[in-house]
Amino acid sequence: MKRIYLDYLASTPVAPEVFEAMVPYIKEHFGNPASIHSFGEKPQEAIFNAREQVASLLNSKPEEIIFTSCGTEGNNLAIKGIAFANMDRGKHIVISAIEHFSVFYCAKALEDFGFSVSFVPVDNYGMVDPKDVEKAITDNTILVSVMLANNEVGTIQPIEEISKITRKHGVFFHCDAVAAVGQIPVDVRKLGVDSLSLAGNIFYAPKGIGALYLREGVKLWPLFHGGGQEDGRRTGTENLPGIVGLGKAAELAVERLPFRQKHYKQLVQRLKKGIEDRIEEAFFNGHPEKKLPGNLNVSFKYVEGEALLLHMDLAGVAVAGASACMSITAKASHVLEAMGALKDGALGTLLFTVGDETTNDDIDRALEALQNVVAKLRAMSPLYNR
Amino acid sequence: MKRVYLDHAAATPVRKEVLEAMLPYFSKIYANPSSVYDLGTNVKRVLEEQREKVAELIGAGKNEIIFTSSGAEANNIAVKGAALANRKKGKHVIVSAIEHHSVLNSARFLERFHGFEVTFLPVDKYGLASVETLERFLTDETVLVSIMHGNNEIGTIQQISELATSCKERGIAFHTDAVATVGSIPVDVKELNVDLLSLSGPALGAPKGTGALYFKKKLRFVPLIHGGIQENGRRGGTENVPGIVGLGKAAELAISELSSKPLYLQGLRERLVSGILEKIPHVVYTGHPEKRLPGHASFCFEAIEGEALLFMLSRDGIYASTGSACASKALKTSPVLVAIGVAPEIAQGSVVFTLSHENNTEEINHVLEKLPVAVEKLRSFSPVWRKKMAA
Repeated sequence: MKRIYLDYLASTPVAPEVFEAMVPYIKEHFGNPASIHSFGEKPQEAIFNAREQVASLLNSKPEEIIFTSCGTEGNNLAIKGIAFANMDRGKHIVISAIEHFSVFYCAKALEDFGFSVSFVPVDNYGMVDPKDVEKAITDNTILVSVMLANNEVGTIQPIEEISKITRKHGVFFHCDAVAAVGQIPVDVRKLGVDSLSLAGNIFYAPKGIGALYLREGVKLWPLFHGGGQEDGRRTGTENLPGIVGLGKAAELAVERLPFRQKHYKQLVQRLKKGIEDRIEEAFFNGHPEKKLPGNLNVSFKYVEGEALLLHMDLAGVAVAGASACMSITAKASHVLEAMGALKDGALGTLLFTVGDETTNDDIDRALEALQNVVAKLRAMSPLYNR
Repeated sequence: MKRVYLDHAAATPVRKEVLEAMLPYFSKIYANPSSVYDLGTNVKRVLEEQREKVAELIGAGKNEIIFTSSGAEANNIAVKGAALANRKKGKHVIVSAIEHHSVLNSARFLERFHGFEVTFLPVDKYGLASVETLERFLTDETVLVSIMHGNNEIGTIQQISELATSCKERGIAFHTDAVATVGSIPVDVKELNVDLLSLSGPALGAPKGTGALYFKKKLRFVPLIHGGIQENGRRGGTENVPGIVGLGKAAELAISELSSKPLYLQGLRERLVSGILEKIPHVVYTGHPEKRLPGHASFCFEAIEGEALLFMLSRDGIYASTGSACASKALKTSPVLVAIGVAPEIAQGSVVFTLSHENNTEEINHVLEKLPVAVEKLRSFSPVWRKKMAA
């Protein structure tokens, strides 16, 4: 059975070009970038180039890029790092209600160290109202964190407007852009944020590599202390092949952004139309326009979410229920809850995300499977038969 | 020109078998291990197999291992995480004076920003910590002691089990940085009697970007990276799947080689050490002569700058280090050499050779041929040397 993979936001494959760029740094150029002899030269040069490639994807300066091991580390480094480094100015943090768990649990962890956290609500589309952010800011606030695009419903937030507010109030602004980078243009200068996190495995670099943009002049406490790699902001021998891969993936992203946006949008439209045509009582979550092109989040009435996932898997379609990072907890999505989308109850939700390799044929076959699975599950549901 | 690479403590090539094991996990098998469909659960199963291999290498239980992005990260989690989790019990931490920067600076961080008191435990001229000295510094407030297993600059191996047992009897958590020893000599967490142990992937021939932390079951620590369900909530973030597969393979290889490798390395090292001490006058062999890493030889050449000697050696195709690569750019006198009482002017001449199973006798002979010439040449330019000879 041919597998259909529609969970690109959980992970993409490594692009062949990215892999090729990495291999020499696993095989031949294995030196430690910190070494002063010639084995350190190629690695140093490679890291320098990769930093420029990532910076040019984000329109930042190269020295504003810190390599991390994943998006989650980037969020931890920014939120805890900025909060601790500025706690003499205040100990209040504002985050949106639909942040990724890494942001949410960082904020909760800071509560153990005397910080307080406020949550900004979202509307039915999963959209933050900048006015609510402004209302939440107090004299004690030092940091606001709102994600660029939500990883579950894909809604793109009004970051530029929020950054105007944070700047006005002299508050730092972190933006989790893991779901967005590589799929839509992300320009840190335009967005006006102080820090922004990204993850390699969401845009064709390998797992185990990510980056944090940190605006020049913003102070933070490192998560990892030690020998002073990454300008003292992140210690540990650099993941050289991963960094080279991330650089290459950033370069590819610059090249392919127009293609990706068009391709993903077309695929998602086909999927959406197919669901509308074939399955009754299906509801699409997230903003209809201000959303990631490659993301479709849909709930089906009279169907239970776990069963839906299981049967889709049996039918050969790999698709997510919500965020992969919290998959086994089997809790209702906090994002849908915050949007007020769970009031109806008895909803099974699927999150489809497409990638460069996805074809119309994949979409059609996924639709076929989906139609069968939903029909089968509804036939077993006492609620539906009523 | 033939290249003789003797800086394996800084970086080791990824082993062929390791790379081969990793290859499918870049572009072919790429699902997120947290995903619930079978593509994801298959990857998750592979990760758990690697965890078992790493656990087996150090005699730990499978659920006592978390994967990290480096040895330095593991050290940071151990020192900060265990200290902060026990901060209500007490706020005193002891680390040895010759720890790696990631331990030293984690301890300084606790001191500076979380109100901890830190004792930097002195060591003897061989770099050995003693139980008597340690016990003098233990207080009711002590919550964590961190002493490295094998030192990366002077090669000395500590009597960890004695030191750890003394702490355990008092209910104090004990961490050891075993980055230099795991894969190089047999390491067993039960024998060492430690609560926490860090290891690094590259030291085993796994790729950069990998490491692991052993923590004794039920030991509490505050995570450094909060996030999802990964690593049982103890280390958030999507797992570095190819890297972890590489680490597992490297652990498997290490297990099969541990009976022969240390002896081989020790033979090469003895050849190098006795050759150098025989051919070159006024050299200090640093660290303990016997209780040391089998592939580790460290020296201070009097009246010479280590950097200059490295440069000369590299022109002969020989690559070594002045000490810790992680601090190579700082150009300060090594705190490790200061701690074992090497005079600063002698410490300037520090050169460290770290060998691997890929090195051979011929390469050592090449070093023994070139090194005395380089030393003599540098000394002939050295006013310090001339003064010394005149005296």
